[in-house]
Amino acid sequence: MADTMIEADGLYKSYGETRALAGVSFSVAAGSVLGLLGPNGAGKTTAVRILTTLALPDAGQARVAGLDVLAHPAAVRRQIGVAAQDATLDGLLTGRQNLVLVGELSGMRTGQARTRATELLELFDLAGAADRVVKGYSGGMRRRLDLAASLLTRPPVLFLDEPTTGLDPVSRQGVWEVIRELIGSGVTVLLTTQYLDEADTLADRIVVVNHGRVIADGTPLELKERSRSAHVEVTLAGPGPEAAEVIAPLVGGRVTVSADGLRLAAAVDSAPGLATALVRALDQAGILADNIEVRQPSLDDVFFALTGAHIPGDDNGSGAPGMNTGQTDLAERESEGAQA
Amino acid sequence: MTSAIAQRPGDPAATRVITRSLAEQARNVASMTRRNLVHISREPMQLSDVTIQPVLFTVLFIYIFGGAIPIPGGGSYKDFILAGLLALNLTTSTMGTAVGLATDLHEGIIDRFRVLPMWRPAVLVGRSLADLLTACLCALVVAVTGLAVGWRTSADPLAIIGGFALVLFFAYSLSWIAACVGINSKSPESAASFGFIVLFPLAFVSNAMVPTQHMPGWLQAIADWNPVSAVTAGARELWGNPNPSASISAWPMQHPIEASLAWSVLILAVAAPLASWYFRRRTTE
Repeated sequence: MADTMIEADGLYKSYGETRALAGVSFSVAAGSVLGLLGPNGAGKTTAVRILTTLALPDAGQARVAGLDVLAHPAAVRRQIGVAAQDATLDGLLTGRQNLVLVGELSGMRTGQARTRATELLELFDLAGAADRVVKGYSGGMRRRLDLAASLLTRPPVLFLDEPTTGLDPVSRQGVWEVIRELIGSGVTVLLTTQYLDEADTLADRIVVVNHGRVIADGTPLELKERSRSAHVEVTLAGPGPEAAEVIAPLVGGRVTVSADGLRLAAAVDSAPGLATALVRALDQAGILADNIEVRQPSLDDVFFALTGAHIPGDDNGSGAPGMNTGQTDLAERESEGAQA
Repeated sequence: MTSAIAQRPGDPAATRVITRSLAEQARNVASMTRRNLVHISREPMQLSDVTIQPVLFTVLFIYIFGGAIPIPGGGSYKDFILAGLLALNLTTSTMGTAVGLATDLHEGIIDRFRVLPMWRPAVLVGRSLADLLTACLCALVVAVTGLAVGWRTSADPLAIIGGFALVLFFAYSLSWIAACVGINSKSPESAASFGFIVLFPLAFVSNAMVPTQHMPGWLQAIADWNPVSAVTAGARELWGNPNPSASISAWPMQHPIEASLAWSVLILAVAAPLASWYFRRRTTE
C-alpha cells in the first residue's frame, strides 16, 4: 500500500438534508491519474474537498501521501496542490502577485517564489498577462493561473476539480496539454470531470460516481467492455441488397441499412474477431466493402449501461444504443476513425 | 516542462509534526498585510472613509456646530472637537475590517488560503494590520485638517503622539469586534450595515462631539461609560485641549487614560480569540 498516494475509504458526507457522499471508496496509485467521473451533483467535488482538508467527512477515512487527512491536515497541505472548480484567485492582484502570494504562504522565500512564479507564468503562456489584474483575465487564463498556483511548490499530489468546465474548446485543449505534461512528470493526479472524453484522454483509471456512490471503477477500456456492446458499421463499394442478410447472423441482431443502401450498422454484444468474420462473409458473398468499423462503446454508453440514464448535458458520447438509424448518425461516426 | 514540475519526494514522517516558527507566522502575516494593501491601491475609493470623510466631518462640525456649542469650563470648540473627530473617524473606519473579511470569506480565495500550509490566523491578523495602517493615515488626515482650520495643542510631542496612539490602539481593538461581525456576515453588504447600526451610535453617544453635560441623565450615564468617551477624554487630556468631562465624577471620566487602555485591552482580549474561533467555525464544513 506504500504505492497508494490517495485513498478514500467509505466516505459519507451530508450537507443538511442533501447527502453528497454515501460511502465512497477509491484509491490512486503513485504516479497515476484517476478520473473521478460523474454528472453534476454526483459528489465529486465533495470527495475532493474532504481529501484536500477543506471539508470533514461525517464518516470514513481519507489518506493522502500516507498521511491521515483528518488527523494531520496541516501535514497533508504540504503535499498537495489544488486547482478548485471555481478558480480561487485574488481578482485584485496581478497574476504574478497571486502566484508569489501563494508561494510565500506555502513557506517559500519571496525571491524563491518570484523565480518560480516567473517560470510558471512562462510555462502556462501567461507571461504577457503576468502583471495585469486577474479580474480582467478570460476564463481560460484564470484556469491556467489556478493550475500554476497549484504547482507552485511542486507538490507530489495534485487535485484538479473540473479543470476545463466552462472553457471553450481551444482553452480546453490548452489545459489538457498542460495536464498531459504534468502526468509525465510523476505526480499523482486526481481529476474530476463531467466530460467523458476528458477522463478517457487523461486518466489511467476511472471511477464513476453517481448520487454519492461509486458505480464503477476500472480502466477506460475495462469500463467500455463492461457495457458489453459494440457498434459495427459497414460501408459498401456499391449497392448490395443482400449484404444485410449476409452479416445478420454474425452480428446477431437487427441490421439498419441507410437510405442509399451503402451503409449498414448493427449493435453487437461482444466483438472478438468480428471484423475478420465480416470481411470473410462479405467476400464469400462477392460483396465489396470499402470500410468496416467495429467501434468500442463510448463512456456515455458505459454510463447508460450502469445507470440507465445518459450523462446530463453530454454532447460527446454518440454511441447510445439503438441510435444506428439515419444517414447523419452514420456520417458523423465515420469521422471517428476505423478500428477494424 | 517536465523538469520544472518534477515531483518532490514526499517524506510523510518528516512532515507529520508541523511546527511553525514565529518568523514563519510573521512572514505569513506580512504577506497577507501586503495583499490587503495592494487591494486598497487598486480601489482607492475604499480609502474615502479615512481620507475624504475626516476632512468633511472636520469642516462640518467646526463650522456648523462650532459656534452653537458652549464648552463647560471654557475653551474653543476647535480645540475641543479634534480628539472627538479622531475618535469618531477611527471608530467608524473599523467597518472596513468587517467588510473586508466578509468579502474574503464570500469569495473563492478563502479556499485557496485554506489548502495552503499557512498559519491560518494570518488572514485575520493581516487584515487587522492593514486596517491599522489605514487608520494611521486617517489620523494623519484628521491632524492635518485640524491644524489647517486652527486646532492647536501646546503639549509636548510625546504626549501628542500618546494621544494619537491611545485612539489608534482603541480602534485596533475595536477592529477585532468588527472582524467577528465580518466573519459572521452573510455578505459584504450586511457587514457594512454594522457600521450604521453599531459604530455610528457608539461614536455619537459619547463626549466626542458635544459635552455630555447637556444630555438627559440616563443618556449621559451611558455616554460617560462609553469607551469612546474615555478614549476621547484621554486624548484631550494628553493634548492639553479643553476636556469638560474632567468635572464628571464617573470613574472613566476621572481616569480617562487608564479607562481607555483598560477598555482596549479588555476588548482585544475577548474579541481576538473570539474572532479566531468564529473564523475556524466558519471555515469548517
